[in-house]
Formats: sequence, C-alpha cells, structure tokens
Amino acid sequence: MTTVVDQAPSRLAPADMARAAGIGLRTRRLRSILSALGIMIGIGAMVAVLGLSESSKSDLLSQLDALGTNMLQVQATSGIGLGPGTLPDEAVAMASRVGPVEIVSSVGSVSGANVYKNDLIPDTQTGGLSVVVADPNLLETLQGMMADGVFLDEASPDFPVTVLGSVTAERLGIRDIETPTVVWLGDEWFAVVGIMDTLALSPDIDRAALVSVAAAESYLDYDGVVGTIYVRVDPSEIDDARNVMPATVNPENPDQVQVTRPSDALEAREAADTALTNLFLGLGAVALLVGGVGIANVMVISVMERRGEIGLRRALGATRRHIAVQFLGESLLLAGIGGVGGVLLGALVTAGYAASQGWDVLIPTVAIVGGMTAALLIGAVAGLYPAMRAARVSPTDALRTL
Amino acid sequence: MNRALHLEGVVKTYPGTPPVHALAGVDLSIDDGELVAVVGPSGSGKSTLLHIMGTLDRATSGVVEVAGVDVAELSDRDLSALRAHHIGFVFQQFFLLAGESALDNVADGLLYTGMALGDRRAHASDALSRVGLASRATHMATKLSGGERQRVAIARALVGSPRLVLADEPTGNLDSRTGMDILGLMEDLNLEGTTIVVITHDPTLADRLPRRISMLDGLIVDDRLGVPA
Repeated sequence: MTTVVDQAPSRLAPADMARAAGIGLRTRRLRSILSALGIMIGIGAMVAVLGLSESSKSDLLSQLDALGTNMLQVQATSGIGLGPGTLPDEAVAMASRVGPVEIVSSVGSVSGANVYKNDLIPDTQTGGLSVVVADPNLLETLQGMMADGVFLDEASPDFPVTVLGSVTAERLGIRDIETPTVVWLGDEWFAVVGIMDTLALSPDIDRAALVSVAAAESYLDYDGVVGTIYVRVDPSEIDDARNVMPATVNPENPDQVQVTRPSDALEAREAADTALTNLFLGLGAVALLVGGVGIANVMVISVMERRGEIGLRRALGATRRHIAVQFLGESLLLAGIGGVGGVLLGALVTAGYAASQGWDVLIPTVAIVGGMTAALLIGAVAGLYPAMRAARVSPTDALRTL
Repeated sequence: MNRALHLEGVVKTYPGTPPVHALAGVDLSIDDGELVAVVGPSGSGKSTLLHIMGTLDRATSGVVEVAGVDVAELSDRDLSALRAHHIGFVFQQFFLLAGESALDNVADGLLYTGMALGDRRAHASDALSRVGLASRATHMATKLSGGERQRVAIARALVGSPRLVLADEPTGNLDSRTGMDILGLMEDLNLEGTTIVVITHDPTLADRLPRRISMLDGLIVDDRLGVPA
C-alpha cells in the first residue's frame, strides 16, 4: 500500500490566501463598505484630532516665536473694595528704569468715551468697544502689524485721528481706509488713519480705538491716568524683571500691581487644547471600538451565510486553518480598508481645517502608523471569533445547508 | 486493477436518544475506472456513505481506505490533503463561488494543492473544454444556466485528475433532460478513465450506469453489475 498523503500536504499560497480573503468583500460590496465605514470614522477622527492638534501647536509655536515671550503686562489690581485700580503717575518712568527692560509703552482708557460708527447711534450701543490712549511706540512694543494705513505718530499728536483695532474695525464695518472714514468717539469725530492686524498677545487692544495722549487730552477730557504698561525685557532676565516690577511701579502698594505674561495665556490655551484633544481621541477610540463590533457582527453573519462555501472549501482540501485564515483575512481586509480610508479622511479634514486657519498641515507619523495599527488590531480581534467559528463548522453539516 | 475505494464493516452512528445508525455495517470496494450508482430512498444512508467515502466524516467503526490509504490513521490536516489531491466532489447545489468566473471556479479545484494560479488556470481551461464549456470560461458563475453550472462543478471536480469523483445527487436540481446530459457527460469522463460514484434517489438514472448499489436502512441490500440501457 502506498502512502500518498505524506508527500503532498494541503497548501494555500499567500497570494491565494489574500484572494480568498477578498472574495467575501467582492461579492458583498455594500455590506463591506458599510462595515469598513465604522472603522474609517473612528480612525479618521483620531487622525484628524492628532493632525489638528499638531498643526495648531506648530502654528502656536511659530506664533510665539514671532511674538516673543518676553513681554510683560503691568496693570493695577482691580477687585472688590479696590475699584478700578490705577497706577501712579510716575509708573511708566519707573518701569523703564528697571535694568532688563528694553522698551516701555503705556495705555490708558478714557472713561465715558465709547466708539460709534456715527453720532446717530444710541449711547448705550457701545458694541463692547473702548477708546484707548496709546503711546506712539505701542505698535513696536506689541510687535503688531498694520493691516492698512499708519499707526499713531508723534508728528501729528493733537489732530483728532484714531487707529482701530482689528475687532473694532470689523464691528464698525470698516475694511480699509481707501475712502476717508470718520468715527464718533463720544464727543468728537475722529478720522481713521490706520487699522491694525489682530494682536495675539493683547486682545484688549483689538477691541479698542486708539488715540494719542495729546488728542485724548484735547478732545476727550483724558485725565492722564495710565491703565496698563507693556514692557519688553531681556528674555534671560524676564523672571527677575517680573519680580521687581510691582515694587518699582507702585512702591507704596506693590500688592496692588498685577504683572502678567500674555504668552503664558497662549501656552495655557495650548494645555487646555491638549485636554480637549485627549477627549476627542477617546471619542475616536469609542467609534473605533463600535466599528470593530460592527465588523465582528458582519463576520459572524457572513460565516453563517457562507456555510456552503466553507463546506465546499473543506471538500476541495482546505484545512481548518485555511478556513480560519480566510475569514480572519477578510476581517483584517475590512479593517485595513477602513484604516486607510480613515487616515485619508483624517488627513483631508486636517488639511481642510488647517487651510481655513492658515496653518501648516502637520500630520504626525505616529497618527498614521498608529491609526493603521489600531485598525488592523481591531480587525484581528473582531475577526478572531468568527474565524474560529468558521473553522469549527463540520464539513458535512456545512454541505447539508440549503 | 487498483482499488480506488475500500470499505469494510463501516458503521456510522450519530449520538442521540435514541442513537441514529446511519450506516449499519457497509462492505464495499470500488476499482479504478468504475462508474457506480448508489441508490436508495431518503434516510437510507446514501449521503452519509458519500461523506465517509469522501473523508468529510469519519466512520464510528470499520475500515475506510481511499486511494490506498487507511483514513483512520490520518489527522484532519492529512484528510484535507487527501481530498485536495485525490478526491473530487460534485454537489446537488453546485456550490460555485458567485464572485468568480467559470474558469476560476474550476481552477479552485486545485486551490489547496499549492499550484500557482497560472498553472491552475491552464488546467482549468482544459477541464472546461472537456465538459464542453470552453466558450463560457470568462462568464461569471451567476450568469450560467443550471446545467452549465453543474458542468463547471464537474470540471472543478476532475481538474486535479483525482482517483475518485463523488457526485451527490448531481442532477437533483436540474430538469430531466439536462440531467441526462450531465449523466452522459459523466459516462464520457468515465470512459476516459475517471472513477465516479454517483449518489441518486432516481432509479431510472441509476439503471443507466454499469454498476448499481442499492441501500436501505444503512445497509447495502443489492450490488449488481447491469448492462447500461
């Protein structure tokens, strides 16, 4: 008797394995697409969240680089019992005497003056805008840019001219100064000579109409009280400068001086974004999990529907392992398609949103690799049970179905 | 002449209360080159016999030798290999894969032998010609008529030149005329040397074949060589 079996085991080449795994997808396209969609949404969400947070972070870093982190903002403490605090008259002069300080600029507010498009607007409709008295070097201190026109300059200190912050200009509906424009600052018409770009470090100024000290005194009854002092200091000595600032500007009541570093706020915003990013990543993970359950569900149904095919394959010589590998492969393929789709979707969302924000598109490699790995892992886990079930189907039972 | 198949005292009992004795002691030998019909009413054990001959199921007791190998000694993987290389199946429900062409369905008969796709297709093309369907090679399985589907299934069963082809009610889903065509095809293939066992509940079909085995209640009650009509 010759033994024929030993010399020729059942074999399935890897390429044929892939073909066999793909057959379910080819014959049940809609179902496959829908079940891959769950994974796609999950991965897409995660890649988009990571991509967006990375892009926004890189934008913030370049923004911080451009703005510099060496600016301090000195204000009188306001609070219950203190009222709107004021800084002493000599505060600006004192501040500029601190060693590491490179440039000092002060602003004050004019109580009772508000910003209106014209004199017909009721007094109460201030639009949240204020009139701010600014030094000519404020633009330089804040490292701001002009969107149009020029900043207040010392050559024309006592003309009734004003420079609008970006928000102010937008709220008043003033886009440029091509056509001579005037605004009503409470008591007087002021000509608009410039519009500023958005200032990342001092949003207060964005919501103001700036006038020079001389003009404010001449036309708006400005009392000369300084509200805020902006100083740029040597970056290496910023902490020292920060520590001596309260006692310097207000030696009598140093505790009534508040020194802040606006770039800290931006960094804090980034930290808050990280918390949000983690939340969204968690949501993406939940979507991914639901997608995995969807794939498992579809695969279980597929195994039940395709008992005849399983029986046939066993009759053609497939081993239990070949059957298991085929269904596991199908699950991996579904998840893989979902993963690729998800990465593309996430990249697209990131690119779209980054473009709308003017950011550089940055999708971390870890998001792409991690996304694909997560998808395949989910596919493997989701496919494991259905594959084992398919492998366990007895060929005779499978062939009796119909 | 070599024996394609040899059964000795084969019993198959399905556990239950009471247990079902699907085969109650079957002795049967089939030589290479035979064309055999197995007939009997429903429940007589025909399908169980086919599954055991095809190594899809194991006997509870008794000896089963297929292509000269005692299958009791073989693991599940070895049985799969035996089926891949030495046994072809034809089913009543055809079991063609819907997403594949006729040619690829036939080529799947060699899928688990490890042969490369190109070679499988070349063999499949020959097999399709032998069943008279060369012109339908590229048609999808779903676009074929019932008779054509069964021809594809037959081509798939014989593409690997197996020692034994087992056909389970191959004409059961076909009208009588198409069924006779299929039977004629199997006779032709047998004349070319293929060993074929056809299971049927149709006595007139069985009467056409050179050897007829009748089953009842899990036993062979009649085994006669007849003169084909």
